[in-house]
Amino acid sequence: MSSLALNRIDTPPADTERWVLPSGQSDEAVNRIVSAPLLQPHKWTWRAWWIAFAVSGAMTVMMIVSASWLLIRGVGVWGNNTTVVWGFGIANYVWWIGIGNAGTLISSMLLLMRQHWRASINRFAEAMTLFAASIAGLFPILHLGRPLYFYWLTPYPNTMLLWPQWRSALIWDFWAILSYLLFSIVFWYVGLIPDFATLRDRARSNLPRKVYGALALGWRGSARHWHFYEIYHKAMAALAVPLVVSLHSVVGLDFAASLMPGWAETIFPPYFVVGAMYSGFAMVVVLAALVRWGFRMQAIITVSHFDVMAKVMLMASIVMGLSYATEWFDAWYGGDHAERSLVTFMFTGSYAPIYFVMLFCNVLAPQAFWLPAVRRSVFAVFVIAVIINVGMWLERILIILNTLSHTHLPSMRHLFFPTIWDWTLLFGSLGFFTFMFLIFVRLVPSVSMHEVRHILHEGAQR
Amino acid sequence: MIVLLAEFTRPEALMRAARQTQNAGDKVLDAFTPFPVAGMAELLGARSTRLRAVMFAGGIAIALGAIGTEYFSAMLDYPINSGGRPLNSWPAFMLFPFAIGIFAAAVSGFIALMAETGLPRLHHPLFAVEGFERASQSRFLLAIEVVRFEKGPADAEERLRNAGALSVREVEA
Repeated sequence: MSSLALNRIDTPPADTERWVLPSGQSDEAVNRIVSAPLLQPHKWTWRAWWIAFAVSGAMTVMMIVSASWLLIRGVGVWGNNTTVVWGFGIANYVWWIGIGNAGTLISSMLLLMRQHWRASINRFAEAMTLFAASIAGLFPILHLGRPLYFYWLTPYPNTMLLWPQWRSALIWDFWAILSYLLFSIVFWYVGLIPDFATLRDRARSNLPRKVYGALALGWRGSARHWHFYEIYHKAMAALAVPLVVSLHSVVGLDFAASLMPGWAETIFPPYFVVGAMYSGFAMVVVLAALVRWGFRMQAIITVSHFDVMAKVMLMASIVMGLSYATEWFDAWYGGDHAERSLVTFMFTGSYAPIYFVMLFCNVLAPQAFWLPAVRRSVFAVFVIAVIINVGMWLERILIILNTLSHTHLPSMRHLFFPTIWDWTLLFGSLGFFTFMFLIFVRLVPSVSMHEVRHILHEGAQR
Repeated sequence: MIVLLAEFTRPEALMRAARQTQNAGDKVLDAFTPFPVAGMAELLGARSTRLRAVMFAGGIAIALGAIGTEYFSAMLDYPINSGGRPLNSWPAFMLFPFAIGIFAAAVSGFIALMAETGLPRLHHPLFAVEGFERASQSRFLLAIEVVRFEKGPADAEERLRNAGALSVREVEA
């Protein structure tokens, strides 16, 4: 009896029944569910996958064509003009990097807070992070007038004897994204090593065994391996939180470090971080619903997962609403003419209809999550998550359009009209994201098997 | 040297067997499990590790290098008056060392992790043992060395079976 008591794990026990349905309540069941799409592909017809693959592949080609045309002709193919110098390019960048924040937040912040339910969703959320952050990194480069010189952002010995301007927000962006992306790759890969070992040991044919075996680096799951793995993983999680917060704060500073009305606000960095978490969680919900449906993972991605993620989004929507209200209040209370006039323009100007749609998507629609019935309906959560993603993109574009179209000098004021190339690049990047994600789910386990096995046993030990 | 490999279905049984082995005077060599079993590393005498210290040192070193680069370029090599801002605008300079320092800590930690675990090592004699592939899926394996020869391996095997082992195999050490 005493030896059993000693076995107790000192973390709070997970209520396993809530996060894993009875049909997934064994190690073997978890392994089977997660590895089936990779090792027994004949169990699926893959029709939906091939359709999605073809459509997203075509959209990827569209993105390549749009980007090539942009590189050939210059930024003039976009709707940007001499007043609205930032258009879709920067809005897409901010939107994608926001989505790219959630994976790390889920895997690190929720790990540190001992939220066991993250085990079922962190893997594909991290993959989402990698793809979204890589796409985000493309936009500032495409937006450069002379993109071929983007490497001037790095300090290297050059014949011009020049150095990067360290005070520039562009430099901060470059290092923040680069560090974050590379860090996320390391974090993601280390978490995958034990799962690659499981696939290596389950694979029946030669090629998967060799490929997964090489990726597993010879992992044997020995007590020593796990000991160091856990130390490293926790240390990485602790490092990831400040990194991810700094990343989106820097994006906020791109705006806040200016002198433009509506941008030069101290609230921007935290407001951007919450917005990033918000849109990222919404994207995780969309992907969770698709992975769950596509690979019959109802047993390990449960309705309760959607329930808690809906609660997170509800909280974030309230913070977003408060942030918008703070902006309006500050403009009024500060008394600056340009700021007050900008808020009037937001509500009554040319972009006002889009602004109201944005407020509906980001603040009003998620209030439905107060109802437990809505939170526990996967379809409803999915639809609202899509609405939030649209709303967050509208927010990103409006931050740029409202301020730049309504600057200090009235004679300079000008509206922004997107061109066809703006739209093709936006939707092309969505297609490219989908394309990479579809390849990911066929090659890499979408759910962390070892972490789900772990929470199963923690629950059983109570 | 006689090494036995016992297979269990539950982590509790694994831990119980490991403790009994130690109490009986035999040596627990290692455990191979599908997820970290709490207490096993301590039982095997996991020492405090320098892994986090390596991460810290790697991160700080690269961050200091980044600050040095900024200081050298902005103060010494190419001082440029940009809108009257101080040449050493250290608050604006902090993001680059911070971000790249965290990445450097991650990479240093990864190298330390590989060094501590002895990976990558694609071939290992254990992979040839029948049933070892279950250790990454759903079985909990315990490797012990029989030290007390007066009673022989039969006694150790019986003890493991009593603790709930599905199978006990003698492996070549």
